[in-house]
Amino acid sequence: MVLYSLTFYLFSSVAVLSALMVISAKNPVHSVLFLILSFVNASGLFVLLGAEFLAMILVVVYVGAVAVLFLFVVMMLDINFVKLREGFLQYLPFGALLGIVLVIELGILFLTDRSSNIYNNQTPLQPIVNDVENTKMIGQILYTEYFYLFQICGIILLVAMIGSITLTLRDKGGVKRQNIDFQNTVNASTAIEKKKIKIGEGI
Amino acid sequence: MITLEHYLFLGAIIFTLGVLGIFLNKKNLIIILMSIELILLSVNINFIAFSAYINDISGQIFAMLTLTVAAAEAAIGLAILVVFFRNLGSIEVNKINQLKG
Repeated sequence: MVLYSLTFYLFSSVAVLSALMVISAKNPVHSVLFLILSFVNASGLFVLLGAEFLAMILVVVYVGAVAVLFLFVVMMLDINFVKLREGFLQYLPFGALLGIVLVIELGILFLTDRSSNIYNNQTPLQPIVNDVENTKMIGQILYTEYFYLFQICGIILLVAMIGSITLTLRDKGGVKRQNIDFQNTVNASTAIEKKKIKIGEGI
Repeated sequence: MITLEHYLFLGAIIFTLGVLGIFLNKKNLIIILMSIELILLSVNINFIAFSAYINDISGQIFAMLTLTVAAAEAAIGLAILVVFFRNLGSIEVNKINQLKG
């Protein structure tokens, strides 16, 4: 149990510190790399909680796809990041005040809401480890009880894919394309032009 | 002894850092998108912590839905950012005022 606590504090402190670096780093490339670090640590916490499948999905989806997409965009666009940093400290007092109030309120909520505890037991809850492995449990419930939710996930991804393609697709001039409708309606009278050329003269 | 509250505190701290990121980097659209990712990560932490401590696997299914929505949101947000940069040559948020309502 001591090892569990130590691992929790290690992963969570690194996750929080790297999240802090995400919002305060000068270089956006560093921000993206700290975002990756934060996600990897969060996936370590998921393993601690017994959700191995989601931990691996988090690494694959976030680190493998989303963070690389961010990195790609940051490096592709030629942005003057120094200019964007202007006014960073302007909102720091207000933002810090808001953040402190938010954390304190959430903390009070977690610490004092014991009376209306939905589990109604006095002993602190512990993560429950099952005999059935995590992936199997998710599979058993995902394709039966939550099948429509699974389908909706697919539709959301399809809409996102179509949306981002149509947003970024641009029609540059001078691109040669097939006009299939035109090609199919071509016949001899429209394709061939007859000219009568007199002897001794050009066209 | 790690209780559910520890995980909820962690989620609250990461959520607050995400909100703070939107406040502090008011100009940089990329950092704002990353802050939204942080907020969604904190939601995921809460979902999975509750799922593990109540011993109900449904929380993990909803965490998967959150992950899907986060991926879709990142893709569309970055596409809008690229189009915006192409049109204006900058990603400053306070220059997005062409739809004056």
